[in-house]
Amino acid sequence: MTIRGAGRLEVAAEARTPQIVPSSVLGMLVFVVTEVMFFAGLISAFAIIKSGTPLWPPPDQPRLPIEATALNSLLLLASAVALILARRSFQTDRDKVRTRLLAAVLLGGLFVFFQGIEWVALLREGLTLTSSTMGSFFYLIVGLHALHAVVALYLLVRAYRRLRRGWLASSQLGSAEVFWYFVVGVWPILYVTVYL
Amino acid sequence: MAQTIPADVPVHDEAHHEESFWSHYVFSTDHKMIAMQYMFTGIFMGLIGGFFAYAFRMQLAFPGVEVPLFGVVSPNEYNALITNHGAIMIFWVAMPVLIAALGNYLIPLMIGADDMVFPRLNRLSYQIFLVSAIVLLASFFVPGGGFAGAWTFYPPLSSTAEYSLTPLGSSLFVVAIALEFAAFLMGGINFIVTAMNSRAPGMKLYDIPMVVWMIVVASVLFMLSVGPLIAGAVMLLFDQNLGTAFFNPERGGDPILWQHLFWFFGHPEVYVVLLPALGVVAEIITVFARKKLFAYRTVLYTVFGTGVLSFTVWAHHQFVAGIDPRMAHVFTVTTLLISVPLAEAMFVYIATLYGGSISLTTPMLWALGFIATFLIGGVTGIFLGASGEDIYLHDTYFVLAHFHYTFFPIAIIGFYAAITFWFPKMFGRMMDERLGKIHFWGTIIPFNFIFIPLFVLGLAGQHRRIYDFTNYPDLAAYQPIRVFATISLLVMFSFQLVFFYNFFKSMFRGPKAPKNPWQANTLEWTTESPPPHGNWKELPTVHRGPYEYSVEGRESDYWPQNEPA
Ligand SMILES: [Cu+2]
Repeated sequence: MTIRGAGRLEVAAEARTPQIVPSSVLGMLVFVVTEVMFFAGLISAFAIIKSGTPLWPPPDQPRLPIEATALNSLLLLASAVALILARRSFQTDRDKVRTRLLAAVLLGGLFVFFQGIEWVALLREGLTLTSSTMGSFFYLIVGLHALHAVVALYLLVRAYRRLRRGWLASSQLGSAEVFWYFVVGVWPILYVTVYL
Repeated sequence: MAQTIPADVPVHDEAHHEESFWSHYVFSTDHKMIAMQYMFTGIFMGLIGGFFAYAFRMQLAFPGVEVPLFGVVSPNEYNALITNHGAIMIFWVAMPVLIAALGNYLIPLMIGADDMVFPRLNRLSYQIFLVSAIVLLASFFVPGGGFAGAWTFYPPLSSTAEYSLTPLGSSLFVVAIALEFAAFLMGGINFIVTAMNSRAPGMKLYDIPMVVWMIVVASVLFMLSVGPLIAGAVMLLFDQNLGTAFFNPERGGDPILWQHLFWFFGHPEVYVVLLPALGVVAEIITVFARKKLFAYRTVLYTVFGTGVLSFTVWAHHQFVAGIDPRMAHVFTVTTLLISVPLAEAMFVYIATLYGGSISLTTPMLWALGFIATFLIGGVTGIFLGASGEDIYLHDTYFVLAHFHYTFFPIAIIGFYAAITFWFPKMFGRMMDERLGKIHFWGTIIPFNFIFIPLFVLGLAGQHRRIYDFTNYPDLAAYQPIRVFATISLLVMFSFQLVFFYNFFKSMFRGPKAPKNPWQANTLEWTTESPPPHGNWKELPTVHRGPYEYSVEGRESDYWPQNEPA
């Protein structure tokens, strides 16, 4: 038996029904819907606990670095802008796509890196996973976001490698884009809920 | 993670021209084989779940007795048995059989595609599902035994080992469920994308057979509802193993929070498994009444409406757990409201039967049995949805009987309806009708004899989670009813042997099935039985809707979807 690559099927399917959204992008969109609900669950859990606690943030716990994280968030937003620009030149100029895709990956990577530095500082100040419900939720929510960012960056790196070899399909970039925009788009909501 | 597979990767694996046993049965990417894998795993798990029910029902009817094949049921074993009976039947039987097996088998065949859009994701989905089943089975053998804190795994029973007495079992239980969700996530993505993007030319949205619509809507509901539960499961795992206190009120957490996260998924989950069964029934009654499905579009909109409403009812599970009475009123209203579209669906099915030329084949009997029993399940739900009444009935056998009157029709009757209907297509042979009917009556009558008595016990105030009722003077007098229910269960189980005999005998020795033994319209009946790899030599084109039966002015009383006008 030859294992039929989805590639062949996608081509076959393309010929059969007019696709409004290519399959790989649609699949990722459906997945992102689940992810949105996942984070919605986390945020509402956090909101319920926060509203049930008389003193928030707990007085004996360190404060979160609101300004530094806001600056760091700009890196993430810039990365999304770079990706939008990469998409814009996808049909015309592959070299530009390469540099812009690379910029998006680097900016996103920097964001994750600075988040890591922030964690180390907070751990030193005494905010840990078990020090309070605030600490638990902080590491849970921000940590899960970071995990998503790493996976999304991996997808972007994969797209970049394909591009260099010259066989990046538009729908492949599309599905990586969808996931990265989700990671970037959910961050401001998490920032407002968790930090402010 | 949703891996999208590149369109331009060269088709590798050229070395495997010969179909070996492994590539055909174990590592297949063919949707039909994956469906079979899901189905047989589901049946296997169903036997285990059924065996558990047998063991704890024996304990309830004859407390302290040495149960044949099991031994004496200790109190903690009893808890583990009911917990895992519930979890297995819902997550490892109803879900894999109704959604995964039927979805995988039927969607490509009924929409005229050669496979799923993401075949390798599909294979991965089954593999993860299999791992989840193995993790769950392994949890019965770790020190302390399997998890014993009820299938809804409420904290603190699930989060604190001192309460559940199953330190390892509870973690493995949560891990197994999380893995299972990951598997169905991948399946759901596949189902939705395939139904949207791979339909045969000419098949417009309103030409899609109802069962495909139902499975797709069920997948959408699953994808929308499962996120919060996965979030809750992660938090629970943290509480169990990393020392956090998300659900521990002593350290600032909230145990009711879990109930909200669980039931936000848990109630839509009812519709996730119900809808495929409703779809199966729609396919069967149209074929065996030789009539068009009454009000196709209305059914579809009803299903969409039910889906939306199903996200607004979850707190009816917390009427007793501690909820603002004003909120309880709101959830009473939404809960009663959701019975409206489903009642309507039942009426539509009855209207479809009305005036049809009905042939009572085995699948048709199962479909009618579904309607009859599910109606009782639906009507008794209204009692529980009313918050005032629920305070009396909460956690009694009334809830339990109501639940089984919904889930038994869905998971068991729905499965038997589907398997007797599509068996000729799946295995290329016909099942024995006489044995099928014996099995039907031998299942449906004892089923009612098991659960109608349990309604009575529930109204008498019998609580769900008690190991030995003879210790309670005001409940001890009802012992004969418990014995009656248990004996009915034994009768029902013994009639399942008829099914398995019929199933395996027909699979190897049954008369060969033609392409279209039921003279049905949908596309799966236009290819060989069983369909070859790739499903059709030449993929079909669609010219009309799926339910054109007994059209006036035509000689034959059916009109296949692919037949040119
Ligand atoms: Cu409910």
